[in-house]
Amino acid sequence: MQPLSPEQIRVERDSWGKLMCRLPDGQSVAITAQHLFPISDPAHWVSLRGPQGKELACLESLQFLDPASRALVEQELASLEFFPVIERVRSVSSLSEPCEWTVVTDRGETRFVLKSEDDVRRLGPHQAVIVDAHGIRYLVPDARKLDARSRQYVEWYL
Amino acid sequence: MADTDRNPEIWENLPAEHRAALESRLEPGEKLFAAFVTDLDQRLRYRAETVVLTNRRVLGIPSQNSPRESMPIDSWEYPLAQAFRIGEHGGLGMLELLGGEGRLGIWRFTGNRTHDANRLVSRFRMLDPRGAGHVETVLSVCPRCGGVLSPEGECAGCATALQPPASKSLIRLMRFARHRAGSILAGFILLMASIGAGLVPPYLVGPLTEEVLLPLKEGQSIPAGLPATYLSLLLVTALLAWLLGWARNFVLGKVSEQISADLRNESYSHLQKLSLEFFGGQRTGDLISRISSDTDRICQFLSTDALEFFADAVMIALTAVILFSINAWLAAVTLVPLLPVAWLVQKVRARVRHGYARGMTAWSDMVSVLADTIPGIRVVKAFAQEQREIERFRRSNTHVLDLNNRVNRWWAFFRATVPFFTECGVLIVYGMGIWLVLHQELKVGVIFQFLLYIGMFYVRFESMSRITAAAQRAAASAHRIFDILDRVPSVPEPVRPIQPGTVRGEIELRDVRFRYGKREVIHGINLKVQPGEMVGLVGPSGAGKSTLVNLVCRFYDVGEGAILVDGVDIRSFPVEAYRRNIGIVLQEPFLFFGTIAENIAYGRPEASHAEIVAAARAAFAHDFILRLPDGYDSLVGERGQALSGGERQRISIARALLTDPRILILDEATSSVDTETEREIQAALNTLVQGRTTLAIAHRLSTLRKANRLVVIESGKIVETGTHEELFHRDGTYARLVHAQMEMSQQIGIG
Ligand SMILES: Nc1ncnc2c1ncn2[C@@H]1O[C@H](COP(=O)(O)OP(=O)(O)OP(=O)(O)O)[C@@H](O)[C@H]1O
Ligand SMILES: [Mg+2]
Repeated sequence: MQPLSPEQIRVERDSWGKLMCRLPDGQSVAITAQHLFPISDPAHWVSLRGPQGKELACLESLQFLDPASRALVEQELASLEFFPVIERVRSVSSLSEPCEWTVVTDRGETRFVLKSEDDVRRLGPHQAVIVDAHGIRYLVPDARKLDARSRQYVEWYL
Repeated sequence: MADTDRNPEIWENLPAEHRAALESRLEPGEKLFAAFVTDLDQRLRYRAETVVLTNRRVLGIPSQNSPRESMPIDSWEYPLAQAFRIGEHGGLGMLELLGGEGRLGIWRFTGNRTHDANRLVSRFRMLDPRGAGHVETVLSVCPRCGGVLSPEGECAGCATALQPPASKSLIRLMRFARHRAGSILAGFILLMASIGAGLVPPYLVGPLTEEVLLPLKEGQSIPAGLPATYLSLLLVTALLAWLLGWARNFVLGKVSEQISADLRNESYSHLQKLSLEFFGGQRTGDLISRISSDTDRICQFLSTDALEFFADAVMIALTAVILFSINAWLAAVTLVPLLPVAWLVQKVRARVRHGYARGMTAWSDMVSVLADTIPGIRVVKAFAQEQREIERFRRSNTHVLDLNNRVNRWWAFFRATVPFFTECGVLIVYGMGIWLVLHQELKVGVIFQFLLYIGMFYVRFESMSRITAAAQRAAASAHRIFDILDRVPSVPEPVRPIQPGTVRGEIELRDVRFRYGKREVIHGINLKVQPGEMVGLVGPSGAGKSTLVNLVCRFYDVGEGAILVDGVDIRSFPVEAYRRNIGIVLQEPFLFFGTIAENIAYGRPEASHAEIVAAARAAFAHDFILRLPDGYDSLVGERGQALSGGERQRISIARALLTDPRILILDEATSSVDTETEREIQAALNTLVQGRTTLAIAHRLSTLRKANRLVVIESGKIVETGTHEELFHRDGTYARLVHAQMEMSQQIGIG
């Protein structure tokens, strides 16, 4: 099947909450949306996939979709992606793992368990991703921008 | 409201404002049945929402923006609310309430609440058995560590309950000491004796000064034999201390080597028992470094530092006793500087341990770079990326250096500070001593005695604090090893095993489902294979064929459903005894370092040369093996680098042949050989499959012509079964695959 061009894509949400796409032949299929580069370039490159994971379209940018479809796709992407950004570390239960972190993120305050120091992955000298015991990832975009106390906690692992 | 039945267990767990909101909405006679409090709202912010099951309906209480806001509670009566569905994606959970016409509600939560969500669903199922059809169970295999999940979705290996901290790891090493109790006791006695012998000479200094040196200085006469007596006593104790020290070092050194060897053996054999899932999530270099470097650190610690630490502690205690017995007051004053040191040790310890732990992790990273690039050296060279790999190694090496430097900062300060305080202590003794001698309260000999003992005391104390670092380093290492040892194998041995013996080879897959982490790749497969039947598995790449045979081999355990061999669930066989019945030719043939003969006989090391040759002949490997300079004794390098892909494959076929298995599994056994060789191997396989149950995977469909039945798998499901003829005429997936291949070969024919 030919990949769809952005103008051909009409996305709707059905009563089951599924994202549906109307194909040029009038047929309507369930689709999923997925970022190609969820971490390195979340603003571009989205793949829309139909039944059995067949790609219907791969868009460098969503801006050529009609506004309603675009909103739905963006909503779908947002509902799949959960990558809280740590803004402040309130406390860490102990100096040795496993320890419980209480943090303020861009999505509110939460607590999580850090199981081992291997779960703090350095991305750069001041950037890190912390993976909690459930596999949820928290981003520390730049440790230098945190307040002194939070910074101490994070740098302990960098 | 008064007559509603509030189950306090449910009621208490609700957030206060939700409780209030709910209170106003419950009708008389309505009973709370279950509740689930999320930790995320619809927009994935950390805010609680609540789902409540009552005997009449499902209620949804949304998160509140401000406390005063009146809350619009959603309510779905039962015939309308039909089923719950749970899903998970990237640690993020989703609970959906489904009705007949569509989705009614959706709630989001993190992994912390998966357990609660599952409980709500199972409560709902109890409430309404008809609604159970839509309920999907969640993960069966832990996405993080590959452990098995309990029905509630909890993983034994990843349980968020806090584990014993790193500092306890050293104490946990005691378990390994138990086997060596005899030697340890002997070493301990020697240790005490040698310490005792070491304490005698300073004691003799007192009388030597008072009875020999001072009288001589004053010109008094002394008994003639006295100096000789003292000197020979000193010599004897020195000799004794020397002999005892020698014996002690030997005995204890040996024990610690043994313990660390035990540790290595145990962690390695535990590693071997862990399933493939574990290895999927680990870097080779890290595992190697844990088993080699970390155990070595522990050995070093046990053989030198721990001993010394212990000797120091005993020595310090004894010296303290002696000091106090000489002059309690003076002793008390000289011990004052030890307080800040003890405090310092306490402060520095955690930092130093952490520093060493980070150092070991960085070290593992560095080893991982090696373990990555050395086997992959061909790729590196092929793409001319030597410089980049050098850079990568340099970076991780710099990281090691940085981290060690950071420990060093603390350490340097600490090491310099301790002697400073002990110097202060000596100063105090001199000062106090001068004062006391001046006032005739102390003899000079006692001062000398005291200074010698206190010197000893401080030396010991210093070395004890130095050992802090070594202990912390070893603790960090021990923690990394227990990290492996604590892991529960996800292909567990049955509690009451059934011995399979030699099976007949009937295989039945019953509604088998399997997930890698969160992704389900096998969606309910049913298949029955008769003993001796050959079944070909075909289907597009990534369909799940290899996964399916991996399940039959029990490299992984099924998530749901069961695999039965001879009518018995394979999970009730001991893993090893079961695998003895299976011969496997893997998609990526792997040869171990060793000779070709050893590699062929890997599954049956006791096989005779005649059998090895027969197997090689049957696998059409005999001829090329003899072209190698040393024939069957040729060494194949690591991973069989010296052989071509097809040659390696034929060796692994011979390997499978030799074990004479009842069940034969061929995963692309002939994928990397030319057509000519394939035909030869085909002939070999044809004789091989006689009387054995065979599951064969092949992309080249011609390979499967001899199969009794073909099973076409697409996206983890069986889409067609039948013979080649039947499927060919059915115009389905199989026919499509065949046509595609025929087209290809025609193109080649023309071109
Ligand atoms: N260890 C693993 N961890 C996670 N996913 C895996 C793992 N092994 C395989 N998969 C995924 O499972 C799916 C099925 O893989 P499988 O190896 O069974 O395919 P296959 O049918 O054998 O394909 P091929 O014909 O290419 O060998 C693939 O999508 C693959 O990406
Ligand atoms: Mg495969």
